[in-house]
Amino acid sequence: MGHRKTSGGPRSCGGPLAVLAYLIRRLFAAAVMLVVIILVVFCIFFLVPKWAGVDIASSFVGKQADPASVAAVREKLGLSDPIFVQVWHFFKGIFVGRTYSAGGDITHCAAPCFGYSFRTEQDVWPVLTDRFPVTLGLALGAAVLWLVFGVAAGVLSALKRGSLWDRGAMVIALGGVSLPIYFTGLLSLAIFSYGLGWIDGKYVPLTESFTGWLGGMILPWVTLAFLYAAMYARITRATMLEILGEDYIRTARAKGLKEQVVISKHAMRSTMTPILTMLGMDLGALIGGAILTETTFSLPGLGQAVLNAIKTQDLPIILGVTLITSLAVLIANLVVDVLYAVIDPRVRLA
Amino acid sequence: MTAPLHEPTAEAAPSAAEEAAVATAGAKAVQGRSLGRIAWERLKRDKLALSGGVIVLLLILVALFAPLIASAYGQDPDAYHESLIDPLFSTPKGSLGGISGEHWLGVEPVNGRDIFARVLYGARISLLVGFLSAIVAVVLGTILGILAGFFGGWVDSVISRVMDGLLAFPQLLFIIALVSVMPNDMLGLTGSSVRVFVMILVIGFFGWPYIGRVVRGQTLSMREREYVEAARSLGAGRFYILFKELLPNLVAPIIVYTTMMIPTNILTEAALSFLGVGVKPPTSSWGQMLSTAIDYYDSDPMYMIVPGVAIFITVLAFNLFGDGVRDALDPKGSR
Repeated sequence: MGHRKTSGGPRSCGGPLAVLAYLIRRLFAAAVMLVVIILVVFCIFFLVPKWAGVDIASSFVGKQADPASVAAVREKLGLSDPIFVQVWHFFKGIFVGRTYSAGGDITHCAAPCFGYSFRTEQDVWPVLTDRFPVTLGLALGAAVLWLVFGVAAGVLSALKRGSLWDRGAMVIALGGVSLPIYFTGLLSLAIFSYGLGWIDGKYVPLTESFTGWLGGMILPWVTLAFLYAAMYARITRATMLEILGEDYIRTARAKGLKEQVVISKHAMRSTMTPILTMLGMDLGALIGGAILTETTFSLPGLGQAVLNAIKTQDLPIILGVTLITSLAVLIANLVVDVLYAVIDPRVRLA
Repeated sequence: MTAPLHEPTAEAAPSAAEEAAVATAGAKAVQGRSLGRIAWERLKRDKLALSGGVIVLLLILVALFAPLIASAYGQDPDAYHESLIDPLFSTPKGSLGGISGEHWLGVEPVNGRDIFARVLYGARISLLVGFLSAIVAVVLGTILGILAGFFGGWVDSVISRVMDGLLAFPQLLFIIALVSVMPNDMLGLTGSSVRVFVMILVIGFFGWPYIGRVVRGQTLSMREREYVEAARSLGAGRFYILFKELLPNLVAPIIVYTTMMIPTNILTEAALSFLGVGVKPPTSSWGQMLSTAIDYYDSDPMYMIVPGVAIFITVLAFNLFGDGVRDALDPKGSR
């Protein structure tokens, strides 16, 4: 907090040009970050097993494989190349596609090529595009719910501080942040799906049936949103309370503005800044971190794909999902940065 | 500078009445009170935080003496009781998951292991990973944060970029990935102890930027204060100023962030075990019990409720205590 004030200052805040310069800076930082993430992911999946003395090729083929087929896989997937060469081939594959070959055995992986899963004998990209909509739907639906309810509860609590509503809401919120999603998820399944029989709980793709999709998603949305709404309510309340004590709020009130205007125009604008940061991080992280929710409700999303891949040591799939997720986190943060510059002019100079 | 950081801001400063009480108390005691003393007096008045603290203390005792308690209770966590299982549905006989005078919280489906004994032992894993990974994070975060804040320049740039990077990573995914590529035997450890060791390191590693960021910010604002100036003019060396002048002033925020980090780490450990990349069976862990409970949520709901409630109580107690510690140590409240 401290350094923001010093960087803001009373200087003028610049026009669209300043925003553009700011944007370019953030974009550049995001691109650098993505390259770093790809390098780190490669290190985790290709160097760590090497240090640990695990042969990746034989783990792809299976334990009982004969040395010849292990060697063939190693050659086909280029696993004996130096790590930088492998990273380069991977990068190139994303843009121009890639052909794996060993002897007469040739597999072509078309342009956005995120690798080839030897275990399941398929390209990684279609797996990602199949799974992504499920996870995205889960994350977006839950985000709408938790934003509406969490922020509303937090603002109300701050305005009626010390009241019964405030205490009640904060107790529930504290309970909410202390409950793991895989427990509330199972409980809600046991109660609403098995006990009361209100909801079928099976996932149905949106393309098949809209109501079926809604029915399958409603429990995951609500349980996920409950957890996050609790966090958002706590942060919103704390931020709002701090801001209501600021001088400019006193000034606004002294000018004779209606309390409604003071809250909605002046206080809310500052309250939204930390909430937006959180939303960016959480939405991005959810694209990958929905693993727990997807496992609990057996939703066929990215998280489930990566968990299955981890169980079978299917490195290309893990690599692909990790990359897509990191990309989602970066994009979410970038969007937040842009919104920031719109909401809070001080940021443009930072 | 990067985008503004969101730090959990201080919640509710004490109300006016409490403030007045502090003021009169301060007037009575003429001699100055240390920060620790003031904090303790505030904490004592916070009933919720105190009850959280008591539960935390009890949990630590339970974890330490789990084998003793289990033997006094008369059940081995790994012993099978197949006679108590309904062979047709493989769920426990009797109502409520087989609760009886011998098995207070019932038995597991399929093999009939005692749930109470397993929950006791599960507390050990949860607390061990929760505490030790927090220590890893605190040590790394304090050292790197203080270095970044104090030296500034390229040291600060490098450390800050690394922190930003780590925070932007999809953490759970990376933790899962890292834990899953680690070998099953290393450094003379085998089985579950390898997993526990790896979890502590990995969770701690992803946790340090949260503390590092706070420590960096505090150091940055404190290194220009007069007392540091005074020490410097008296000829104090850099490391003397770092460790004797700055570090003592960072203790309060570090304590606050540590207490708030422990429950998060406990949840992460449970999540990893739930996903099957945490401790390995037969070692018991709450997350792992929940992951087997998925298959029985309709036929034996008790089996999921017990470990779920155990996690809930533990995390809630730590959160209550952490909130209280934060309010007690919040410098804003003392103004």
